[in-house]
Amino acid sequence: MEGLKLSDAELMVYIHPSKCRNVFQAICRELSALLFQYDETFDGVLLAYDFTVESKQAKILAGLNPYFGVRINTKLLLFDPKPNSLVEGKIVKISPESIHVVVLGFSAAVITDIDIREEFKYKMRDGEGCFVSRSHKRHALKVGTMLRLQVESFDEEVLHIAGSLMPANTGCVKWLEKQSEEALHMDRDHKRRKIA
Amino acid sequence: MGAAEVQTDPSSLYEADYVGNVDLSDTEMVHTVRNALASVQTGESDLYNELVGVMHIKEFSNPAVAQLEIILKALSGSVACIDITHHRKLLSSIFGMSLWDLQPYVMDALVDLVISLAATSGKYLDSCLNMLISNFIPPRWATNKLSNSRVIDKMTDKMTEVFSRVHEALLKISLLVPLAPSRLLPMLAQRMPKSNKNDQVVRIYVKNLLELENSPIGQVGGRMILMMVMERLRDLDLEIGWDDILQDDSSRGMFDMELEDAVEGTMNEGDELPVGSVNQDTSGGDIMSECLDKLMVISFEHLESCQNAGRLDQVFENLFASFENFILNTYKSKVSQFLMFYACSLDPENCGAKFSSKLVDIFLSSNKPRPTRMSAVAYLASYLARAKFLPVYFVASMLKRLVDECADYCRTCNDDIRPEAHQIFYSGCQSIMYVLCFRMRSILDVPHFRTQLIPLESILMHKLNPLMVCLPSVVAEFLRQAKAGGLFIVSDSFIFDDLLESELSRAFGGCERLDTFFPFDPCLLKDANSFISPNFNYWSMVKATYDEDDDEDDEDDAEIIVNGDEESDEEDEADLDYAMNKMSITPKHSFKNKMERDRLMKMPSRIRPSTSPESL
Repeated sequence: MEGLKLSDAELMVYIHPSKCRNVFQAICRELSALLFQYDETFDGVLLAYDFTVESKQAKILAGLNPYFGVRINTKLLLFDPKPNSLVEGKIVKISPESIHVVVLGFSAAVITDIDIREEFKYKMRDGEGCFVSRSHKRHALKVGTMLRLQVESFDEEVLHIAGSLMPANTGCVKWLEKQSEEALHMDRDHKRRKIA
Repeated sequence: MGAAEVQTDPSSLYEADYVGNVDLSDTEMVHTVRNALASVQTGESDLYNELVGVMHIKEFSNPAVAQLEIILKALSGSVACIDITHHRKLLSSIFGMSLWDLQPYVMDALVDLVISLAATSGKYLDSCLNMLISNFIPPRWATNKLSNSRVIDKMTDKMTEVFSRVHEALLKISLLVPLAPSRLLPMLAQRMPKSNKNDQVVRIYVKNLLELENSPIGQVGGRMILMMVMERLRDLDLEIGWDDILQDDSSRGMFDMELEDAVEGTMNEGDELPVGSVNQDTSGGDIMSECLDKLMVISFEHLESCQNAGRLDQVFENLFASFENFILNTYKSKVSQFLMFYACSLDPENCGAKFSSKLVDIFLSSNKPRPTRMSAVAYLASYLARAKFLPVYFVASMLKRLVDECADYCRTCNDDIRPEAHQIFYSGCQSIMYVLCFRMRSILDVPHFRTQLIPLESILMHKLNPLMVCLPSVVAEFLRQAKAGGLFIVSDSFIFDDLLESELSRAFGGCERLDTFFPFDPCLLKDANSFISPNFNYWSMVKATYDEDDDEDDEDDAEIIVNGDEESDEEDEADLDYAMNKMSITPKHSFKNKMERDRLMKMPSRIRPSTSPESL
């Protein structure tokens, strides 16, 4: 899965004087307020953080409310699905016109029929709709399947991904991995035979 | 998004009356609509305009409605081809539609389309959510019909049809777009009808909010939803003003019961208020109190359903957070706090205990503001005194915490009486005495609990002299019961003859008069009270430590009936009105002589009313 990155950042967190009794908690609150939102400074959606307070010294801002700035070192886990990157998510709904996926449990992704490659055909199986590959009958996409999709665009405001299943390396994650393992085996066998 | 990539040639479809052709299969319809949508980009917008026209039908003939349904279904299959800039007209007509105007099967088609739109592109999410929740507020024609008893059943069915679809749609959207609730909640708060709106509208909206709280959306946004409800309750609570009662008049204590009766009268019967008792716009106040009463009942029922579903414990956390946010610091809130009382009565072991511990924690936490701490202990005292469902051992353990805290304070403090400087201490002392006024007999019955109260004597004897500072009516009743129950030897220093409110006592309450705040005085709203009263400890039910024969004798030859309801004493004890009339106050006491009369007027009546009217 692409689109995830770890970043080190030095941040200055401004804390209201009323929170000075528990600075650690106040910093956590400030950082937590940024979770699951796209932040241009971080260039991604903040998913998790860890921080250490650099020094006990804090800078007090002049003003009506003497906020004080605490310098911290943070490690941030960010999600930034760039166009053409491959992300993975769970299928939550399938209709003839679209496949709806939830990536990492929070980001909604949709692949419309226009972006589903010809190989896949919509079928009804046991009363449930699914997309089945015409060339590989076992390659099926149904509700609950982990899907690898290519990012077309990412809406930073609502964290919505428009995805595509056009490239051949997209589809059911399990099936794709099995294929690549088999290909690896075949390759090794081929090499062995050559050596022999 | 690929709108141009439609497989069939749009031109070939121009000849067909696609809208009127019901024989087209679903797939063909989808293709036709896609072509119509694609044609806009090529400059040919006839088909598209026709499509938009169908959305605006005003006639409700069968073919027109069927046509609308077909188009909506076809649009659901074509959302990928809808473009926010090119198809603005179409989108605004979709988002402008109201489920209230549609037949059930058209509603289904519209709701499916809205779900598809919300899940397909982030750009439409907000508009879709807004469109859906706008249906929580019935249009004017519907509210008019709702007040008409002849068509009310029909309208109730319609409401169920609309609301069930909206709730289902919101759920489906939040399943497809997990972050949808975080966008939905601020919208819900924004759309909350103002309290001056038709009270029916507010009620319907709150009911829907609570239903959302009960759904999986509530697991994410339950706290915010409860906050919205609590805020609206508080606002209504504050709208019902008692400004005149609030006058800081020390002689007024004597008339408390009259004020209370007047208030009850209004709330219960809707009678006109006696002149000069409550200075408010009577009609407006009535509407507000009626609306608040109904909202309280809706909220109580919701809490009950949570209890039945076994999730009250989890809801209670959110409920307390909203209480702390909106009610605890509100200047003498009148009714909204009973939501907490009711939740506690539903599950005394968990919620009931949690409520008191949280209040004690707030009272004891030195980093909270002073009014918050005083308010918390006032809530605690009133709750411990009034909650019938709390076992004695629990009340005793809570009192022990308060007594220990006050005793610690006395040990470290070497100051003289200075009410402003030791407000927290005095409020703690008053709370202990107030709770004991209600519970002393049952506590003294158990030797272990009695020993826990031993430090109380040293607290009361301390130089800070809480007996001089706390509310005289509470002190007097406390001393009377303490003496009768032998809690400690009431020495001369405890003789307390200045029963009128002293300057000292006013000072400790601060300008907010938190000393006279007893939040769980009898609930003044009739319907809400019917939920509260079975678990409520009225003053009339309290068994004091002193000999009650006097009182009983008094009652036998009742001469002065304060409440003026002569018949009520013949009614069943359980009867609400009777209880209300008798409650705490002074309902019926006969007075053998002037001294006795003065004594009675001062105490029981003061205990409770020192409470509500004053506290309001």
